[in-house]
Amino acid sequence: MNPLDSLSGTIISGLVITVIMVVLINAIGA
Amino acid sequence: MEFDHTWWTFLIRWLHVLSGFMWVGLLWYFNFVQTPSMPKIPDEQKPAISKVIAPAALFWFRWSALSTIVFGLILAQMNGYLTEALSLGLTDNVAKHSAIGFGMWMGLIMMFNVWFIIWPNQKKALGMVEVSDEERPKAARRAGVTSRINTMLSIPMLYAMVSAQNLY
Repeated sequence: MNPLDSLSGTIISGLVITVIMVVLINAIGA
Repeated sequence: MEFDHTWWTFLIRWLHVLSGFMWVGLLWYFNFVQTPSMPKIPDEQKPAISKVIAPAALFWFRWSALSTIVFGLILAQMNGYLTEALSLGLTDNVAKHSAIGFGMWMGLIMMFNVWFIIWPNQKKALGMVEVSDEERPKAARRAGVTSRINTMLSIPMLYAMVSAQNLY
């Protein structure tokens, strides 16, 4: 099942990417 | 008030944000309003969307996407961090450059999607160019999924842009 088939799946996927990105930003900027 | 570098930087940022509001506003209109509403609209009324509203929305959508990117790149150059940001802050280990860089790359991917995947496939799906009956639903699906990818990317992209200004 593709999470992008639903709006809630799309938003949750976006939030997951946000968390991963924040971890990477903090690691790079440390 | 002086029309100095700070003022011109502000002007470009204002134009960048104005364009971005229109772009992401229309992106969310497509994903949160238009697409979910289509199955609820009677068939004889659907051309109002597919022949009138969607083409007009797509016009402003693709040009606001381009102007957001152009003003954004000019702004990054004026602020002196264009190459550092495009390198995701890996060259100078500055979190602000990393944050704005992630946002810039996601914005660039989103603009590429608009111009080279969504728009060409929407033209086929809406009947603005002639395609076979077999090809039309495939084009609609390709445009729809890519539009969803952009909606997904808009969440971390906006976090990156705003956090670069306010957190880092």
